[in-house]
Amino acid sequence: MNGVGNANAGVGRAASQVHRFLNEVWRLQPLYVSLYAILLSFVVGGVLISIIGVNPFTAYWALLRGMVGGGDQIAGSLARSVPFIGSALALAFAFRAGLFNIGAEGQLLAGGVTAAFVGALSWMSDLPGIVAIPLILIAGTMGGAIWGGIPGVLRAKTGAHEVISTIMLNSLVLFGVRWMVNSRDPVVLRDTDSTVPRTDPISDTAVLPELVDSQPTLHVGLFALVGICFVVAFVLNRTTFGFEVGTVGLNPHASHYAGINVNRVIVASMAVSGSFAGLAAASEISGTNGFFQPGTFFLMGFDGIAIALLARTNPVAIIAAALLWGSMLSGAPLMQQEADVSIDVVRIIQAMVLLFVAADAIVRYLFRVRELDQSPFKAKSIEGAV
Amino acid sequence: MLEVEGITKTFPGVVANDNVSLTLNQGEIHCLLGENGAGKSTLMNMVFGLYRPDSGTIRVRGEEVHFEDSGEAISRGIGMVHQHFQLIPVFSVAENIILGNEITKGAFLDLDTARRQVDALAERYGLAVDPDAIVGDLSVGEQQRVELVKALFRDADILILDEPTAVLTPGEVDDFFEVVESLTGQGKSIIFITHKLREVLAVADRITVLRAGQVVGTTTAETATQQSLANLMVGRDVVFRVEKAEPDPGKSVIRVEDLRVTDDRGVETVSGFDVEVRAGEIFGIAGVEGNGQRELVETICGMRPAIGGRVEMLGQDTTGWSPRKIHELGVAHVPENRSKHGVVAQYSIADNLVLNRYNHRKFSQRGVRNTAAINAEAKELVERFDVRTPGVEAAIDTLSGGNQQKVIVARELTGDLRALVVAQPTRGLDVGSIEFIHRKIIELRDQGVAVLLVSAELDEILSLSDRIGVLYRGRLAGTVEAAEATREELGLLMATGAQS
Repeated sequence: MNGVGNANAGVGRAASQVHRFLNEVWRLQPLYVSLYAILLSFVVGGVLISIIGVNPFTAYWALLRGMVGGGDQIAGSLARSVPFIGSALALAFAFRAGLFNIGAEGQLLAGGVTAAFVGALSWMSDLPGIVAIPLILIAGTMGGAIWGGIPGVLRAKTGAHEVISTIMLNSLVLFGVRWMVNSRDPVVLRDTDSTVPRTDPISDTAVLPELVDSQPTLHVGLFALVGICFVVAFVLNRTTFGFEVGTVGLNPHASHYAGINVNRVIVASMAVSGSFAGLAAASEISGTNGFFQPGTFFLMGFDGIAIALLARTNPVAIIAAALLWGSMLSGAPLMQQEADVSIDVVRIIQAMVLLFVAADAIVRYLFRVRELDQSPFKAKSIEGAV
Repeated sequence: MLEVEGITKTFPGVVANDNVSLTLNQGEIHCLLGENGAGKSTLMNMVFGLYRPDSGTIRVRGEEVHFEDSGEAISRGIGMVHQHFQLIPVFSVAENIILGNEITKGAFLDLDTARRQVDALAERYGLAVDPDAIVGDLSVGEQQRVELVKALFRDADILILDEPTAVLTPGEVDDFFEVVESLTGQGKSIIFITHKLREVLAVADRITVLRAGQVVGTTTAETATQQSLANLMVGRDVVFRVEKAEPDPGKSVIRVEDLRVTDDRGVETVSGFDVEVRAGEIFGIAGVEGNGQRELVETICGMRPAIGGRVEMLGQDTTGWSPRKIHELGVAHVPENRSKHGVVAQYSIADNLVLNRYNHRKFSQRGVRNTAAINAEAKELVERFDVRTPGVEAAIDTLSGGNQQKVIVARELTGDLRALVVAQPTRGLDVGSIEFIHRKIIELRDQGVAVLLVSAELDEILSLSDRIGVLYRGRLAGTVEAAEATREELGLLMATGAQS
């Protein structure tokens, strides 16, 4: 016991030096838990890898090269990360309004299918790219906004909790689009010329310009989504609307008292939140796939929850968290190839990151991180009885 | 029974207790008096093992103790009833009482034995509680009795009561005092924490006054007066009755006709209420809490819909208007529930000061917040309303309750006002802050603002109002001129709804 205590004291001393540097140079204090959670997850993951008889350093070296080992790898990692920015932003925005939007998964599908439908309309090919591309992106954004706005309306009008309604809407849209894309009789959205179930290809004019011909394609959607993160940070921190969103999130009763239309803020926040997922899906359809397949977005919305959490819902930190998340997934195949460690190990490490961020007491104890504020995702303690 | 000697406790930046000493004799009621933040609760939390002192000693029955947690304090016979009850609302009284100390038969709770023991205790000390009642259904006064029985069940003979009367109605307070006396009559010793002078003089044997963490005087109830205690507490001469000029009422500003409102459970709590408040007068609404005060105020200010009747302000029918629209008309509202409605706890003092004006052109241009203008306004208001804070960017929940209330009052009393609706404006505040807020309300009234004051404190109603109405079961039971009103007459109206 004492040995553990001493070792921990040593870690604590070292950590406090690191803290000083991180805080004075980069002002990262609110993200300490996240940074340490990542570190800790890799350590535990390393133990796991050595248990299956592989040198963890070999495996991680392969993973690292898979992530950033060359131009192709870097481009692939960036490309893989782009949609995660959107789905994490969806979570983060709603969270500021005190809403837990776990429907990004469904909002991606709604946005994606709308974008693919609009992109494949016959008259799209007559339009110049400068019109067609915004059109397909707006269509996807609207699809996501509507699918996110519905639970907002339900919450405002009936009090239905958004966690329940977004889960239900996820199923609804998942099975809905699956049917639309699979069905041959009647044909709804299925491309009848294709052997696999997918929608008609979008018009060439609606394809987002490509930056690098990587796997998957890196397209200019990267700039759009990164730019939006900064816009969202500005809106939340500096604008009147952002103040309303934050006030409703922290204290809806005081908001009502102060004259804020709480229901309107809830609906607007959910719609804006869904629109980010919709935009992410549309940029994938337009820039990478060229058509819609339901499986493309599998788990992307749920990964968004983890990423938003890791970034502590800070829109700018989401960029970094999404890049980490996407590049880990992108680099994993090389680890499997060279070190014979399954891709699933990366998934396990990611799950542990999420676990350590949620159960932050572990990280705080090990690395001597002081509590800044109540973790936004933790269950509230039961209020005193009166 | 209990000796506290030379206790010092510091928190980062503040000395909460500075060399405090106190003795509690067997069978006595010892009042610990002091303003909010004077260090009363901190001291008692150390006695109860929740905090550890930096220096000094605590002796129980002559034996020095160092409590690691409250469990050790309980085993030494110390019990504490907190200001916020520690009960589980969905459990029965008996279940709550044995919680943490369960009487079991094998793997099952032995509730029958528990019930018998609770009944025995209740009878012995005159604490009527039904062991099978669900705690959530009980009134606040009854819940407090459950807390007392809970402490007695654990064989406490030193009882610490933290602001026990803050939540009680005047009638309940009298019952409570009887219970306290019967407890000391049977040999229990009681430390009673409060800042209400009237109560101190009514029940205390001895009184210790704390100011800014230090003991500034120990006296007995026989030799002390309200004035001498208040001066000790605040550290200067305190004026009890607010000085004010004769009212000069003008046109009718607020007119409520036959108003009917339901509460959150759909029960009609305001049923046919009429009132008229004129410019330049303070209309006080007295009444036992729960007679429709909350719903009445919320409806007048647009936060709750009416199911019948109408509200008219400045000649316009404002029934069903939104809170913002009513506010823009020049109607300010100091809400009853400070933490729920009054402030956003995590926001800075500056943001809280513009909570209902954040969208005005002065603070927001083209949808972008003007932080410089907001902070400048906040600095001015903090200065003008004497809010004690290191800076306007500090989070509001770092302030004491009194200073938070000053922030709310500063926000609401600013701007071009025509009417002011204030609910329980000084609840839980210290004497200094009460005096300050009262003066501000009178100032507005003298400027021609119509003031509707709702308060459970009869003293506050009597000292501020020009006319007084009593709210009884959702209706106005009677109106009297403040100059002619007596406590007895109002008390009767509050209790029965009938004029003598």
